[in-house]
Amino acid sequence: MDGVAQLKKRLADYTTSLYDEGYLDDQFVQLQQLQDESNPEFVVEVVSLFFQDSQRLLSELAKALEQQSVDFRKVDAYVHQLKGSSSSIGAQRVQRACISFRNYCDDQNIEGCLKCLQQLKNEYSLMKNKLETLFKLEQQLLEAGG
Amino acid sequence: MGSGPADAKFHVLAVDDSLIDRKLIERLLKSSSFQVTAVDSGSKALQFLGLQDDEKRDPQPTPVPPNHHQETEVNLIITDYCMPGMTGYELLRKIKESKSLNYIPVVIMSSENIPTRINRCLEEGAEEFFLKPVQMHDVNKLRPHLMRGKQSQETTKHQ
Repeated sequence: MDGVAQLKKRLADYTTSLYDEGYLDDQFVQLQQLQDESNPEFVVEVVSLFFQDSQRLLSELAKALEQQSVDFRKVDAYVHQLKGSSSSIGAQRVQRACISFRNYCDDQNIEGCLKCLQQLKNEYSLMKNKLETLFKLEQQLLEAGG
Repeated sequence: MGSGPADAKFHVLAVDDSLIDRKLIERLLKSSSFQVTAVDSGSKALQFLGLQDDEKRDPQPTPVPPNHHQETEVNLIITDYCMPGMTGYELLRKIKESKSLNYIPVVIMSSENIPTRINRCLEEGAEEFFLKPVQMHDVNKLRPHLMRGKQSQETTKHQ
């Protein structure tokens, strides 16, 4: 009883911090609202797709920026995709990092792009950790009977 | 399935090259009790609708069986704007230029808020233009278009 209450509070506080610190925006709430008894794993499924897709895109971006002659339209296309998917799940900081990235693509600035890629990787890593922690807390609460 | 045309759910064809966005739009539409078919390109959408795409820009050769059954006629098409190959705008034009399909309402989705783009789509006959990420309140706007589309379809059939 005490355990469940504590877990609930921990989950609520953690969730609040994610919104306060700008990691997540309202779109994540929208995703949670689409989850129900007939689709109990919806959020985890969508987020898993996001992880897979992001890993692929980050690796393609690294490759594209290593080329002798960088194809900026290709780089921009990858960033556009990542911007879209991060926006669709409410991963606000990842989305914002994509927006900055696209500006450097427009300027065809390789240095800038490489810096942005690093920043994007960092933001993605943080987001992944935060979401995995969130899911773990939810799982703990469920298992404790909450 | 046993249910007559009067009981049939509205059938929405969703077109988006992003797997995440397809999953999202499918969930949104299904939670409004719409039947959904989701495809990843304009070419596949045209194949599904039974229209041949002469330009064959789709790199994926996997065929989609054309939809000939009364019960699963498409009542609305919702498509992403930015797609490799055929854009959502090009898909919209092909639908509106087609004598057999131009009664189907088309809705465009885009992550970018570009007024000239929006106007172009609306002028070409799109019913609505949704900014991504699409949410429940957007999907709630589809019902009147779906009902009108079904009525026009009935009228077309009886001529």
